[in-house]
Amino acid sequence: MQKLLWTMTLVAGAALVGCGKKEEAAPAAPAAAAPAEAAMPELKVAIDASYEPFTYKTPDGKPTGFDVDIAEALCAEIKRKCVYVEQVWDSMIPGLLAQKYDVIISSMSITEERLQQVDFSDKYYNTPSRIVVKADTAFTDLASLKGKNIGVLKGSTQEKFAMGELKAVGVNVVPYEAQDQVYLDIKSGRLDGTVADSVEVTGGFLKKPEGQGYGFVGPVLNEPKYFGVGVGVAMRKGEDQLKQQINDAIKAIRSNGTYDSVSKKYFDFDVYGG
Amino acid sequence: MTGYFYSILNGALLTVGVSLGALAVSVVLGLLGAAAKLSGRRGLVTLATVYTTLIRGIPELVLMLLVFYGGTIGLNHLVQVMGGKGPVDIEPFTAGVLTIGFIYGAYMTETFRGAILSVPKGQMEAAWAFGMGPVRTFFRITVPQMVRYALPGFTNNWLVLIKATALVSLIGLKDMTFLAKQASAATREPFTFFLFAAALFLVYTSVSLWVLRRLSERYSLGTQRREV
Amino acid sequence: MKWAIIFKPETLALYAEGVLNTLWLLLTSVSAGAVLAVLCALALTGRMAWLRALVGAYTFAIRGTPLLIQVYLIYYGLAQLDWIQARWNDVWPWTYFKDAFFCAWLAFTLNTAAYTAEMLAGAIRETSAGEIEAAQAMGMGRWTVMRRIVLPSALRRTLPAYSNEVVMMLHSTSLASTVPALLDVTAAASRIYSDFYLPFEAYIAAALIYLVITFALVGVFRLAEQRFLAYQAPRRA
Repeated sequence: MQKLLWTMTLVAGAALVGCGKKEEAAPAAPAAAAPAEAAMPELKVAIDASYEPFTYKTPDGKPTGFDVDIAEALCAEIKRKCVYVEQVWDSMIPGLLAQKYDVIISSMSITEERLQQVDFSDKYYNTPSRIVVKADTAFTDLASLKGKNIGVLKGSTQEKFAMGELKAVGVNVVPYEAQDQVYLDIKSGRLDGTVADSVEVTGGFLKKPEGQGYGFVGPVLNEPKYFGVGVGVAMRKGEDQLKQQINDAIKAIRSNGTYDSVSKKYFDFDVYGG
Repeated sequence: MTGYFYSILNGALLTVGVSLGALAVSVVLGLLGAAAKLSGRRGLVTLATVYTTLIRGIPELVLMLLVFYGGTIGLNHLVQVMGGKGPVDIEPFTAGVLTIGFIYGAYMTETFRGAILSVPKGQMEAAWAFGMGPVRTFFRITVPQMVRYALPGFTNNWLVLIKATALVSLIGLKDMTFLAKQASAATREPFTFFLFAAALFLVYTSVSLWVLRRLSERYSLGTQRREV
Repeated sequence: MKWAIIFKPETLALYAEGVLNTLWLLLTSVSAGAVLAVLCALALTGRMAWLRALVGAYTFAIRGTPLLIQVYLIYYGLAQLDWIQARWNDVWPWTYFKDAFFCAWLAFTLNTAAYTAEMLAGAIRETSAGEIEAAQAMGMGRWTVMRRIVLPSALRRTLPAYSNEVVMMLHSTSLASTVPALLDVTAAASRIYSDFYLPFEAYIAAALIYLVITFALVGVFRLAEQRFLAYQAPRRA
């Protein structure tokens, strides 16, 4: 009798947990191939939700930000349902190639190197990067940062720049898994600064209490060699139909005002760039 | 701020799910492995030995990364070769459950093997004398008696398994460790959230210990213990 | 599979750096952990109840929480405390907490010390009563009994379980890859994976490296068992 009760408790517990995790657990069977509902087919979008104000999460865990809102607008245009898959930044492209998702809409810059592995849509915004350290740091040229600890996002264009230009002059470049972990270590004092997208670092760090006393130094960084020609939607090579759809959608939202209304939610300047 | 705590609690449910799933997989693999090792057939014994040796020689994290990143690509290749279509995705939950189950199946194999060897041979012989086949003997005679001997090792493996589930956060499953890390980076308050997650783990391990202690008392009814 | 990329000199150099860091982390944390473990084991089997409770709480907390969270707590969590931030630029010993390697080392040391302390305490408690009585009959004080009879015997009996623990520690060092700026074998493999998109090759190479180190460790411990537990070996002549 007791054994029966124990077994039933365990089974009930497992069932409860199973129901709780239903949203997470999809069977490991062929996924997006056949749309189940008569409603819109899914578009799996990869995001790295640690990049405020472009991609981040509300406290209840909902993805939000400029990238996410643009993704929603694009999905509405091409009549598909956006499903967000969170991914660590440096495994974004490998995950795309492994078909874990269909597109990456997470502030990924279009660079020569990446174009060898994946395809990009037209750009949907373009902002430069800057070096951020304590505002009272004496700065003459890149070499004056010698000996400082600068944090960068692993796998980002800023990391390429830092490794290419800063490491050579004696700066200690430390790659991190996520940009907001860089801010955590700047706040605690382990890092002296970072190289980051100027808009992202403003919204995600400088405007916050821990960003007091920090500011931009040095030139505006936007050499195409390191930083590419803008931010686009990444997809696997050969998906020409999808690329055409997304490019048309980008043109559409730029002309019908959706882009501007989304952009005004986050920025008071033109983020599309030249 | 409280939103983060709620989402971490939800993540805790996921952690429990992964650990229970992995436990089921590891128990099945453990019984199979123990049976293989004790069968005496050279091929099976070698296979089981290679399995346990490899698992105990490679870190769980590396295995998990291999299964998650490499496994999807491999599976997709296989599907394409066999003419199927569509992206086959091993998502983090399945990858986590399968990997952890696979790893702890090796440890369970050793535990069950030792436990089965401890059951007096006379019990099995009596069952054969009654005409019970090998499978029936295994499930009605051997396994119930083996449970008592297996419980200490099983408890140990279970506790280590619970803690290994934290590694699933590193392949992107939104369990409580992942959510604690995200919350801590977003709010710049790592101490608070990690301490909360640690406390939840402590609760989980303590409850498990209590349950397994009761189980071990239940299965030890009718036996005697002497103080030295 | 593109193994050629793995065997390029730069890739091999990256793995080699990872191996050196892993081994150094393992060596330093296991040695410090062993010393701490002996002290904790003595506390756990000692006479002062408050000390037993304190150390018992420590081992309970460490053994009940994942190592990953312990690493995060020490690296990120402690850094958040203003008290530490105010001191870690100039006040020794808080300066160490700024360093990533130190934080990882501390987490691993505390972890291995807790597990080993419990193992050792169990072995001490199981020392046969007759040996202790004989030592006391000879007039040895409590500390002398510990030093000359109980500890050597307990250390020997813990050796098999301890070899398991060291191997587990080797595997746990793969978690050092989660601390930024630490390049261990797993971090090297992850770097190769994200740079060249070769998950199989990168991680299989890492797995093989760990396998080789594990076998070496197991071999060393087997030799140690032959020396220190020789009395348990079957008779040869």
